[in-house]
Amino acid sequence: MSKLHVSTTVNGDAVEYLCDPRETLLDCLRDKLNLTGAKEGCGTGDCGACSVTVDGRLVCSCLMLGVEAEGKQIETVEGIADGDVLHPLQKKFIEYAALQCGICTPGILVAAKSLLERNPNPTEEETRYWLAGNLCRCTGYDKIIRAVMDTAAEMREAS
Amino acid sequence: MDYHSPNSFEEASALAANATGTTRFLAGGTDVLVQLRSELVTPDTLIDVKKINGVRDITRNADGSWTLGVAATGAEMSEHPELGRDWPGVVEAMDLIGSTQVQGRATLTGNLCNGSPAADSVPAMVAAGVTVTVTGPGGTREVAVEDIPVGPGKTSLAKGELISAVHIPARGDNGGDAYLRFIPRTEMDIAVVGVGVNLRLDGDEITEARVSLGAVAPTVLLVEDCAKAIIGTTLDDAALDALAAAASAACNPINDKRGTIEFRTEVSGVLAKRAAKIAYARAKGEQA
Repeated sequence: MSKLHVSTTVNGDAVEYLCDPRETLLDCLRDKLNLTGAKEGCGTGDCGACSVTVDGRLVCSCLMLGVEAEGKQIETVEGIADGDVLHPLQKKFIEYAALQCGICTPGILVAAKSLLERNPNPTEEETRYWLAGNLCRCTGYDKIIRAVMDTAAEMREAS
Repeated sequence: MDYHSPNSFEEASALAANATGTTRFLAGGTDVLVQLRSELVTPDTLIDVKKINGVRDITRNADGSWTLGVAATGAEMSEHPELGRDWPGVVEAMDLIGSTQVQGRATLTGNLCNGSPAADSVPAMVAAGVTVTVTGPGGTREVAVEDIPVGPGKTSLAKGELISAVHIPARGDNGGDAYLRFIPRTEMDIAVVGVGVNLRLDGDEITEARVSLGAVAPTVLLVEDCAKAIIGTTLDDAALDALAAAASAACNPINDKRGTIEFRTEVSGVLAKRAAKIAYARAKGEQA
């Protein structure tokens, strides 16, 4: 079967790849573009470890085909830090020890960044619902939620 | 698997009509990709409808009715400033499906065509009187949402047919709708029972009603006996009890890990009462 050519933008960089139509965006990010931040936890849209944004919209990259990325703007966890300067969310996750094994962390950072861009002052309830599709089997969520809430407070003060 | 992204519904229909083997249409992909991944369904032909003009549009028509493109997402419906004021039950039902991430892709049309009896948006659409345009090799036809599913995973759409638009009626005066579901968690689960109610008032009296049940039969049900139980009443306790009895009587559920037959039958009545009260209050303008 012939492969399909895809031109897209990932973290601001124009990229191209050839993919089988059955390959997901997650497969393409990891195996063709070597962007292994997004993880495959379940492969069925339940765990959120593969979260990315597409044209600013939070999605599971395992639930989108690689060919659907044509002409889109993709943002992954690799684009969150500004060079060597970590994003405030990343700093707070370290400060709060809001991760243990780290598999879910890239997806949660992408999802939490998306939340704070839409709602700089979320309630804890809003934060928990927004992140309900990001499963973490290590932390019990409390540290994650506290890290996101404290980041939101800090970013509001800084702006 | 051949991937196509046609520019019109006519072209999509022709592709499907001429395809051999298994064909799937791709909108949000939140079911199609799961089935692909789990090797339940590996389509020979996959037809992505998102390159067709207008498929993401949410439009209020001159007569107050709404037309939604087949790829308008749950997130786009929830964020729309007007749609949820007219049809909060439909928008809230769609919003109950999956996570934030799933909402970024999932669509009403996909939820309908997946054919799950537990699809959250479908009872709300049935109660609201939503219709869809079906485009096929012979042209287009308008079909009521309740006539699309015919069994778990099965629809009435023929080979070469696909849904090309979703139409929600004008809200009109003194109307309200609501959808409630029971799940054993607070988020990220599939309905054990779902109930959609849509009604209209003249003063305090209900003059029109549609009640729909999900996850209690092989397809989503439009239950006329539930509507009859509350039409002509002020939704007093006797009417609510009659509504609950009619809802429970209409149930033909299965036992599974999410709920027993007895539990689903009982909860159908409870949720019908609660959803009717919310729809009634909305029709009175008492809550958004």
